[in-house]
Amino acid sequence: MTSQLALTIILNGLTLAALYFIVASGFSLIFGLMRTVNMAHGSLYMVGAYVGYALWEPLYDADAWYAWYAGVAMGMAAAAIVGVAMQRVLLGWMQGQELRQALVTIGLSIIIADQILAYYGGNPRQFFAPDAIFGSSNVPGVGRYPTFRLFQIGVAVVVGIGLWLLLNRTKVGLMIRAGVDDRDMLSACGVDVPKINIIVFALGAALAGLGGVIGATAQPLAQGVDGRFLLISLVVVIVGGMGSITGTAIGAILVGLAEQIGQALFPTYSVILTFVIMVVVLALRPQGIMGRLR
Amino acid sequence: MSLRLSRRSALKGAGALALTAAATGAIKAPAIAQNTPIRLGSVTTLEGPFATGGQDAYRTMEMLLQAENFTIGGRRIEWTRESSNAQADVALARARKLIEQDNVDIIVGPLSGAEGIALKDYSATLTGKTIVNGSSGASDTTLRNPSRNFFRFNTDGTQWMAGLGNYVRRTLNVSEVTVVAGDYAFPYAQVFGFSLEYCRAGGKVNYLWSPLGTTDFASQIAQIPRTSGALVVVHGGTDGLAFMTQYAQAGGNLPIIGGSIMADQTMLSARGPHRRLMVGMVASGPMADVIDDPNWTDFVARYKRMPNAFPSPSIHAVNYATNLTGVIRALKEVNGDLSNNQAAFQRALAAQKFKAPTGADVSLDHNRQAISDIFLTKIEERGGTPMTVAFERARQVNQTLGTPEPAFLALGAPSRNNTGCIAAS
Repeated sequence: MTSQLALTIILNGLTLAALYFIVASGFSLIFGLMRTVNMAHGSLYMVGAYVGYALWEPLYDADAWYAWYAGVAMGMAAAAIVGVAMQRVLLGWMQGQELRQALVTIGLSIIIADQILAYYGGNPRQFFAPDAIFGSSNVPGVGRYPTFRLFQIGVAVVVGIGLWLLLNRTKVGLMIRAGVDDRDMLSACGVDVPKINIIVFALGAALAGLGGVIGATAQPLAQGVDGRFLLISLVVVIVGGMGSITGTAIGAILVGLAEQIGQALFPTYSVILTFVIMVVVLALRPQGIMGRLR
Repeated sequence: MSLRLSRRSALKGAGALALTAAATGAIKAPAIAQNTPIRLGSVTTLEGPFATGGQDAYRTMEMLLQAENFTIGGRRIEWTRESSNAQADVALARARKLIEQDNVDIIVGPLSGAEGIALKDYSATLTGKTIVNGSSGASDTTLRNPSRNFFRFNTDGTQWMAGLGNYVRRTLNVSEVTVVAGDYAFPYAQVFGFSLEYCRAGGKVNYLWSPLGTTDFASQIAQIPRTSGALVVVHGGTDGLAFMTQYAQAGGNLPIIGGSIMADQTMLSARGPHRRLMVGMVASGPMADVIDDPNWTDFVARYKRMPNAFPSPSIHAVNYATNLTGVIRALKEVNGDLSNNQAAFQRALAAQKFKAPTGADVSLDHNRQAISDIFLTKIEERGGTPMTVAFERARQVNQTLGTPEPAFLALGAPSRNNTGCIAAS
């Protein structure tokens, strides 16, 4: 293997990891505060992508330069609205019953997938990025490389820094972190915990929606992506540690690299590599790489 | 384990009882049997990478059944549709559901390679039931261990490549190609058919395989050797779309030679940068959007009147239509009579000779596998929409591409390690 090929594959792994991080960070955030294993997270990804597409397509046909950005905003908003509705209508009143919440969200994910199939049909779709980030750029040591994949890394870094600032430098972040440690005490201090829950759910869902539009720009969007991204989010978060943003980043990088290196070296079994990482982490450090024992 | 075994044998016993009961019933009261509906089940993929093709398959099935007014030989056709996701285990579960719970007489399906092999094996365990293929094209579905209850009126993936290898090596004069293909039964068959001809003509082939459902091909694209003169893409559905889009984004510009499900409306009607690379793409297969044949013109005109139809029917639509045509014709010949474990019906099926929607003559060989015509096609822009145009037709291609069957079987089953690339000697 030439060094150029090796570098390209590593870069592929990192850019894929960036997408996984964006999607999984929302999953991790929701779990971190609420202990809700949101099995409908992949559905939020799909809702964001399809609804964003519905706005993007006519704008793109009309040659509007902002079409893609509008699609991103729409996708995030749609996913956030569905997420808030889920939390308010269903999950809010069964707070603390983790198994029940997991089952309800599995049910929701089936319903949402069927509704999307009924409404949008089975045709694969794909967003086209704006001209500025379309095509390929020169990367030293790699050669020509798709610009959009580099852009993905940028978005992931912004999301990561943004989440860190939100959690560590703002009052809402303070309350979220307090909630992670002791919800009852936080509530006793006069903080409206259900409201914090809704804010976190909206944020986590919006991140899934953002991932949806970005993912559907890099890869085709079709039925079944919900299950795929739910599985990826689960693996990333289990490897990285539930509820830790740094852990999610580490998990995403490991899974992304494993997938791409596996594809290059032994394509048929590349899927297994991801699960080998998960098994090793669970055996040696069950709480995940950055996870805390509770 | 002992519990499972005893449960299974209990089920078998129950099934046998039910069958005997049904058989005696049929003998005693044939008049009632005439009025009971013919139960037709079908399996296609309405989920997963071939969802679009699956929808299109049901579109043409509905079209053909409507034309018969859902009645044959005075018996109503009761159609139960099932969906798979292109995975063999799911297709098998849905077929079992159709047979065991819905009690269907005939299944038309499935759509993709490994599913076909699973249903062929399942059909061998049945008595008095018939499975007629939908669109699956793995060669081993009928070539090795064929089942007497499984019929296929469409040509298989190996047959579809007839003529393409020679065309690339001799007419296009390309001496080395890279094959990128899905890692499952149907692409094995396609790659085998292509390599067999291309390597015999003195060409060199590199192979890159990826599992069905791969969405990120970046690392595979990086591995395409620079010495390749063309890229043979044997992907379909969203895999093909993902590969071509990412190849275009990575700045790829090798000439593209397509597998049979690449040059399909599923790919051509999707928008995106892949279209730039696909114009001029040469492929081969059982159909094209533009075929100079009155049968085809008539079929397309009827197809276009169906709701949400594509500009032209997809390969899956044509294959399901061809297979269902065989079923309808055989049912008419026996006047809807499925008694005596469908013996007369299956004899009629095996003897069918008719024109497929494309105008190609179809008949079955001793393995109940189609012998029919294969088209070489090229993608051209016609009125702003890309279309596959047939420019050559290989007539009456059989499953072994003209090689005597024992010699062909001796080459072994197509797989990722048995690509059919045997240099001329």
